[in-house]
Amino acid sequence: MASITLKINSKSYTVDADPKMPLLWAIRDIVGLTGTKYGCGIAQCGACTVHLEGNPVRSCSVPVSVAANKNIVTIEGLSDDNSHPVQQAWIAEQVPQCGYCQSGQIMAATALLKRNPNPTDKDIDSAMQGHICRCGTYPRIRKAIKSAAQLMAQKASVK
Amino acid sequence: MIANNISRRNFIRLSGMTGAALSLGFYFPAKGKEAEILKTEAAGDLGIELNAWITIDSSGKVTIVNHRSEMGQGSFQAVPQIIAEELEVNLDNVNIIFGVGNSAKYGSQITGGSSTVRGTYKKLLKLSASAREMLKQAAAKRWGAALSDCYAENGQVIHRPTGKKLGYGDLVAEASKLEPPKEVELKDPKDYKILRKPLPRQDTPLKVNGKAVFGLDKKLPGMLYAVVERNPRFLGKVKSFDDSATKTVPGVKHVIKVQMNVFTTKREGVAVVADNLWAAMQGRKVLKVEWDDSGFEHHSTDQLYTKMNELLKGEPISFKTKGSFDAVYEKATKKLEAVYETPYESHSCMEPVNCIAHVTENKCEIWGPIQGPDWIQDDLSKQLNIPKENVTVNMTFLGGGFGRKAFTDYPHEAAVISKEIKAPVQVVWTREDDTTQGPFRPGMVYQCKGALNDQKRIRGYETKMAGQNMNHQWPGSDKTSYNDSVTEGFLETYLESIPNYSFGDYPLDSPIPVMWWRSVYSSTNAFAFESFIDELAVLGEKDPLEFRKEHLWDDRYHALVTKLEEVSGWKSRGKNSGYGVAITECFSSIVGEVVKVSKKPDGKLKIDKVWAVMDCGWYVNPDIIRAQVEGSIIMALGAATKHATNFKDGKAVEKNFDTYKMPRITDIGDIEVHIMDNEEKAGGVGEPGLPPFTPALTNAIFDLTGKRIRKLPFNLDEV
Repeated sequence: MASITLKINSKSYTVDADPKMPLLWAIRDIVGLTGTKYGCGIAQCGACTVHLEGNPVRSCSVPVSVAANKNIVTIEGLSDDNSHPVQQAWIAEQVPQCGYCQSGQIMAATALLKRNPNPTDKDIDSAMQGHICRCGTYPRIRKAIKSAAQLMAQKASVK
Repeated sequence: MIANNISRRNFIRLSGMTGAALSLGFYFPAKGKEAEILKTEAAGDLGIELNAWITIDSSGKVTIVNHRSEMGQGSFQAVPQIIAEELEVNLDNVNIIFGVGNSAKYGSQITGGSSTVRGTYKKLLKLSASAREMLKQAAAKRWGAALSDCYAENGQVIHRPTGKKLGYGDLVAEASKLEPPKEVELKDPKDYKILRKPLPRQDTPLKVNGKAVFGLDKKLPGMLYAVVERNPRFLGKVKSFDDSATKTVPGVKHVIKVQMNVFTTKREGVAVVADNLWAAMQGRKVLKVEWDDSGFEHHSTDQLYTKMNELLKGEPISFKTKGSFDAVYEKATKKLEAVYETPYESHSCMEPVNCIAHVTENKCEIWGPIQGPDWIQDDLSKQLNIPKENVTVNMTFLGGGFGRKAFTDYPHEAAVISKEIKAPVQVVWTREDDTTQGPFRPGMVYQCKGALNDQKRIRGYETKMAGQNMNHQWPGSDKTSYNDSVTEGFLETYLESIPNYSFGDYPLDSPIPVMWWRSVYSSTNAFAFESFIDELAVLGEKDPLEFRKEHLWDDRYHALVTKLEEVSGWKSRGKNSGYGVAITECFSSIVGEVVKVSKKPDGKLKIDKVWAVMDCGWYVNPDIIRAQVEGSIIMALGAATKHATNFKDGKAVEKNFDTYKMPRITDIGDIEVHIMDNEEKAGGVGEPGLPPFTPALTNAIFDLTGKRIRKLPFNLDEV
């Protein structure tokens, strides 16, 4: 067991955990942020995706010790009021069905749009193909990423 | 008003709460009769319960109960959207909650067979209109006005001549003391303001910020976590186990042998219980269990399919027949035979199976992703010998269900563990458990034979189905009785237009547990039926869509297929693409789909587009219908081209998404969904879009390449 500091959504948490415990379980069961989901435990489905120093990572396969003192953003950290353009687009396109994988999908989409504000279909394919949605919301995810890109461009031009 | 012969089960249970006003419930009459509304005394914490579904507090806040589970299919939107229409409230201002398991109050809550809307819409409309009329009566009484001068709108009753208004909150106490009206007039669908509109789902905001609580997200104070090493061959017993290493893992509290009921069999395992899930998983890794796997067969996939093929040579347990198929087939000059094979499948919901149980002396409380809360209440009451009213089954959001979470095994196991360790416990199935432990969709072999007449129409049709019969697993099931499921997916109208047919059922016995998988028997039957219809069209040298049209003896089917022909551009389709069509009927809805495929520059196949036309009769929300058809198509694509569960030496082979591969965003092109508008009764929405996709795809592949695919799954890249 070790005492580890996690910086999640700009808040610091000190957790007492096995250093090998995946970040996923520290976030969910110790810190208590349950928006990040367990899907496969072997980095195949993307449901557990969070941002680590701005990059999308599979928290089921990152030991908690590796994430110590680094900036972590989870789905709960995107906005307080669903105002993030990706959340807005997800609502407008009515993407979620069961919703279980959507935290991971949204975290992957926000990371994609941050580094590529105007993604092509191919860009979307490569950023999103690691994410499984058993409900089959893929066509709507594609549409929502495109409309989020437009929303972000509109916001940027207003500024 | 109340029929004399209401059985105890049908009677609305009195809640025993005090200070209450009125509650309306349903008397659930024999099949085919309209529900009657009857009056009981009850009260809720949320205000005054006008009926089992509607509670209004004195500020006017309306709470609507969704009594069915929400697993993505949209009941959390559909039930309130139905109620809001006749109650005259704005859906954005209502509070929506899940009902606990209580079949006396809500009727069946088993969320399966795409039954939520089609099974309850008439009752919900009537109940909501009754509540509205009582609120109007209360206002009329207060004003000394004629009821006919009052109308309801947006949570208020308005006096037409003067414009006076009273909110529902002001009226609910008085309304609750009134008798419910004996008759209420329901709106004409053309006057709907809320129904049939593509309103955004009320659960969407919760599902884009992590706030929706799924079973796995629920926590109780003092809750422990358990994972269970279950017998990988399903029926084996725990001979012994060594937990010495497990007990050294920090956080591990208990290691116990458990037994859960799976249909009529017992599944044994060893549970590792810890104060956090990770510790329980680590403890399980070093647990050593010795199994006694004697006394039952250890099947492999090859053996299972050999047995099914052998069965087809024998006699069926039952037949659905018309005319004399054998005689017709023997004499026919234009005839054909083909065998189709579909695999076993795991449900693989994104949220793996899990359940919280808290069992005390004479009480049991359950939380989890659950498709049948009332069924689980019944089952646990019997298994634990606890009175039903002391068994509370709470629903959370479900991260997928597809039939798997309708089943009673996992809550039973959680309850057994909680009872033994005397603490609330969450039992979590890892992805590997979820993929390998079943119950599975049964694998099937279909032998089809058909004969054409001189006009090249179907004169004789036969399907023999071999595979595990899901119905035969239930306690006390009659294994010799006729299984209706053998025709699931087949168009009702074909049964009229085909003069001689024969459907046979050849059930296979196996220790492998099987269970409903989205669209159930239709999910596999349709592949055989609609592939074979296509093969017969080719035999008759007819256009596959025209050939089907000739066998549709009903305007409703014709309207659908004509729409499908138009939207897909069937008649003007080019030569460089393959087009395939399939039409199936499932849970009272008819769906036709056309798939277009072509070859990529590297010669591999790709799906360019899917057109779907859904006829589900009366409907609630067109956008949810579109979403369900899109999702059904992609789920079918997975079972057709990506994944299958194989067995080796009695154990499931594929364990996780690295080998049980799912469709990805790159695998599907555009899907265009159309909805028929008509006056028919409501049909299912969550499942009927699935069955036609696979045969439409393989028919399209035949159209392009001349290659007929009769065995699933197949690799699209290797056709």
